[in-house]
Amino acid sequence: MANAIYQREIINQSGSKMLTLCKSQLEKAKVAFREHDSDLAEEVINTENRVNALDLKIEEDCEKFLALYNPVAIDLRFIMAVRKINFDLERIADHAYSISKYVVDLDEPIEPHLFEKLQFEKMYTTISTMFDHITTAYEEKDVKTARKVFKKDKILDQINRESFSIIEEEIRKDSKVIRQSLILFSVVKKLERVGDLMKNIAEEVIFYIDAEVLKHKRKK
Amino acid sequence: MEISMENPIKENMVLDSVIDPTLKKIPKIEAKKIKVWYDGFNAIKGIDMTIKPNTVTAFIGPSGCGKSTFLRLFNRMNDYVDGFSMEGKIKINGSNIYKKNVNVEELRKEVGMVFQKPNPFPKSIFDNVAYGLRIQGITDKKFIQERVVSSLQQVGLWEEVKDDLKKSGLALSGGQQQRLCIARTLAVEPSIILMDEPTSALDPISTAKIEELIFQLKEKYTIIIVTHNMQQAGRISDYTAFFYLGELIEYNKTKNIFTNPEKQQTENYITGRFG
Repeated sequence: MANAIYQREIINQSGSKMLTLCKSQLEKAKVAFREHDSDLAEEVINTENRVNALDLKIEEDCEKFLALYNPVAIDLRFIMAVRKINFDLERIADHAYSISKYVVDLDEPIEPHLFEKLQFEKMYTTISTMFDHITTAYEEKDVKTARKVFKKDKILDQINRESFSIIEEEIRKDSKVIRQSLILFSVVKKLERVGDLMKNIAEEVIFYIDAEVLKHKRKK
Repeated sequence: MEISMENPIKENMVLDSVIDPTLKKIPKIEAKKIKVWYDGFNAIKGIDMTIKPNTVTAFIGPSGCGKSTFLRLFNRMNDYVDGFSMEGKIKINGSNIYKKNVNVEELRKEVGMVFQKPNPFPKSIFDNVAYGLRIQGITDKKFIQERVVSSLQQVGLWEEVKDDLKKSGLALSGGQQQRLCIARTLAVEPSIILMDEPTSALDPISTAKIEELIFQLKEKYTIIIVTHNMQQAGRISDYTAFFYLGELIEYNKTKNIFTNPEKQQTENYITGRFG
């Protein structure tokens, strides 16, 4: 059985690695987008292959663990949670990839005042904090920290709700920023979606540690 | 409901709990404050347990934890063990089976047992199954014939042996021998079947057949199985009891035990971290 514990630890470490990698992808995508740095954007696009490879490795290791070790109780919940967390992280990395693609495709940088109006920095800081909470919760089996993620997600929802009228107003004021505004609006939507995925991950961490199913239960 | 003491030939073949569904709500087995000693060794240290009819209950735990001792209390198999003594009360169908006037042979008709190693008698397949009926003094050949056929059918062995009923039971494969032993148990129409690691000596295909059989038998019988195979307990039982050092650590629905056990000791054991 010692081998099972060893295999589980390998999966656990891969999970941590995936968290770090996806956080880094999203942060680099943010800087690339904010600074209109196409080199950094290219780096994110190229690193997507590493994310996909790690995603496949975790999937394969989980499958092997289920088939060979027949996990039960906390081991079973761990494997089930890691598979879902891995899936959600891979989608977060996909969003980082899409944001970076905009940088490559966009000829001119986005007007700084648009970032301010849409509270772009606040969105990213919130997401970064959510990532930190999830990393602590996952690595230290800390349910209390995982729960903090839900509150943070509400900030993202609020910014997202307000974004439509802000963008509408900016376009009315200056038709030259239509393209920029629409791309920024799309990025805000993606970041809001990233928040939802982080929330799912927090739910999975809680399920793994406390066997509590939160999916579809919490008030919106 | 009292333990049936009548000759099965006079009894309806269908169990009471099948005829009257309300009986399904009454505990089949109630064990209260059970303590067992083998001379000075305290093997069971005060266990309470209630088992519902028509369920499969798995007993799990490391070797020497008392699960087989506890199982064997239900048909008084421990009575013959040197130095055995016990405290507490065990009721089957509401009757205390350790009262002085209980006929142990009658009790064992009600509570059948299947052992770890298939143990057919060195007799023909037919005689193996008919054995229990004959020692009860039943001589009606037609009745015995019908009961042998129905028992072999219940364990899924009939099609495999119907043309070889005179062949020795010992000539069958290990899996077939174990099913023959179960048929022998069923022939005397018990309502409870105790199984002490019934598949530990069998290959995966024979094991799957026995597990399928247990699932089917649940409709008519109450089954208690001791197993060291966690996956088997998970697959076939409705309830699981985890024993450790003579104590009942946790007893709950199998789904709960294997997804979210309440006790840390249970979790450590089923995930292979100790024991």
